Amino acid sequence: MQVPILKQGPYLIATVQSALTDADMMQLRDALVAQVGQHRARGVIIDVTALDVMDSFAAGTLQDVAHMARLRGAETVIVGIQPDVAFAMVHMGLTLEGVATSLDLEAGLAHLDLSTGVSSHR
Amino acid sequence: MTFVELEDGTKPTSAALMRQVVSHLTENRTRLREEWARRIGEAQLLTAMTREEIFAEATLIYDSYVDAIATRTLETLEAYAQDLSERTVPRGVETHEVLGMVLLLRDVLARSLFAKYQSDSELLDRVLDAYEPAANAIAITVAAGFVRERERVIREQQEAIRELSTPVLRVRERLLILPIIGAIDPLRARQLTEQLLRGIRAHRAKVVVIDITGVAAIDASVANHLVLTVEAARLLGARVIVTGLSPEIAQTLVKIGVDLRKMSTVGDLEGGIEEAEHLLGYTVVPTAKPAPA
Amino acid sequence: MKSAEVAEEARVTVESDRDIVAARMRGRVMATELGFSSAVATLVATAISELARNILLYARRGEIVLASVERGDRRGLKVVARDDGPGIADVAQAMQDGFSTAGRLGLGLPGVRRLMDEFEVRSSPDVGTTVTVKKWNS
Repeated sequence: MQVPILKQGPYLIATVQSALTDADMMQLRDALVAQVGQHRARGVIIDVTALDVMDSFAAGTLQDVAHMARLRGAETVIVGIQPDVAFAMVHMGLTLEGVATSLDLEAGLAHLDLSTGVSSHR
Repeated sequence: MTFVELEDGTKPTSAALMRQVVSHLTENRTRLREEWARRIGEAQLLTAMTREEIFAEATLIYDSYVDAIATRTLETLEAYAQDLSERTVPRGVETHEVLGMVLLLRDVLARSLFAKYQSDSELLDRVLDAYEPAANAIAITVAAGFVRERERVIREQQEAIRELSTPVLRVRERLLILPIIGAIDPLRARQLTEQLLRGIRAHRAKVVVIDITGVAAIDASVANHLVLTVEAARLLGARVIVTGLSPEIAQTLVKIGVDLRKMSTVGDLEGGIEEAEHLLGYTVVPTAKPAPA
Repeated sequence: MKSAEVAEEARVTVESDRDIVAARMRGRVMATELGFSSAVATLVATAISELARNILLYARRGEIVLASVERGDRRGLKVVARDDGPGIADVAQAMQDGFSTAGRLGLGLPGVRRLMDEFEVRSSPDVGTTVTVKKWNS
């Protein structure tokens, strides 16, 4: 299942809509990193509200996206992690260190506006 | 539910005997009921109730009792026991009072059967053989119903206490406070975490102050759990500030090697709230008069 | 009896990354049927995801067997992850945080142990690896 990526102002927004296989995750990573360059995006938001499990592979891949995007000049925010999912992740020791997290899309956009000094509302 | 003992087909006279017992109990209803109510008073049972209430209750039980024997089913009695429990548990009636009361009725009725059949000991034996299992089943039904209701009430109260003891308070937009008071065991720690994480999403909180001034000490597993909670809150997008760490808790955290970079701590709750407001971009300006509400 | 409604056993063959998703979804359904809270069902599903991925990474093929179990009046879910791959050379080492031979984070087995109530791993180079974990409904 492919994850749609939308461009909004200087940001890319990827909204996960169902459970993802490892291959889907890697495809998402590659697509985002490529599009950050194409669009010279300043920020990336990955909305994982629909994910009911985030295991070590998914968390590791999201962390990779954040690091690669940062090397290409964009800040990444993961938004919408569910309470149960967060609870399981921390038990596993998956804390997404070095990656910003926000409650939802709105909070993620506000975070990016603040940290990149640009505004998405233009 | 039916009395198996009463449906014993090998003793065809048993049903007839029970009919005799029932008519005896129906005919002597007034006298036996009064006798029973008097014995309840003597035994100092149901002290939370007035004499009139006890007599009214005794009437209801007596009739359900006779109904249970006559119809050989416990359904009416079960419904009554449920009703009795719902009425009396909140008034502080104890299990031994309810059980004692039902056993007294059993004795009062048994004595009256003795008196009636004492001239024919063989018949008396058979009457008692038929009566006793029924009487015991009735006593068990009423007592079990009462205990069940009590347990339900206790569970409800425990749940309420637990929720009261870990309230997630919304102080202002996007700021939650979780004051924890009392001992934290692993079960409570887990409930607390679940409540907090759900609270963060429900209130769209950005900053949470967990105040543990009211917690004297925690063991290593609860300390670890606290750290997990802080990390889980961050994954949701909320910052956690922990305030009010006692010297003992600080020692525990250091001893188990908590990575303190992952946890912001501020001395007291007031300082924690100031820090939280700072994070939210509010500035606190002292005013001459209180701001209008 | 309520227990009769619960599927006694479910088996998921793991040979592609799609099977990882299928196994953990099946696990969540069974955990929910057993009356686990959604938070605990998520812990179970996450553990299954890790175990299934280990099978794929290290043995390429294997199976996840899910079964409801009882002890006294407690009910639980047992997950067995079995493969006949190369086995784990040093189980103690594999249980250390941060250890991994297939790259990535290497949080797999120690993480699974923290998610579940009971954990047991048997492995040898000839017969492969079997990881058995259980979660009890509290």
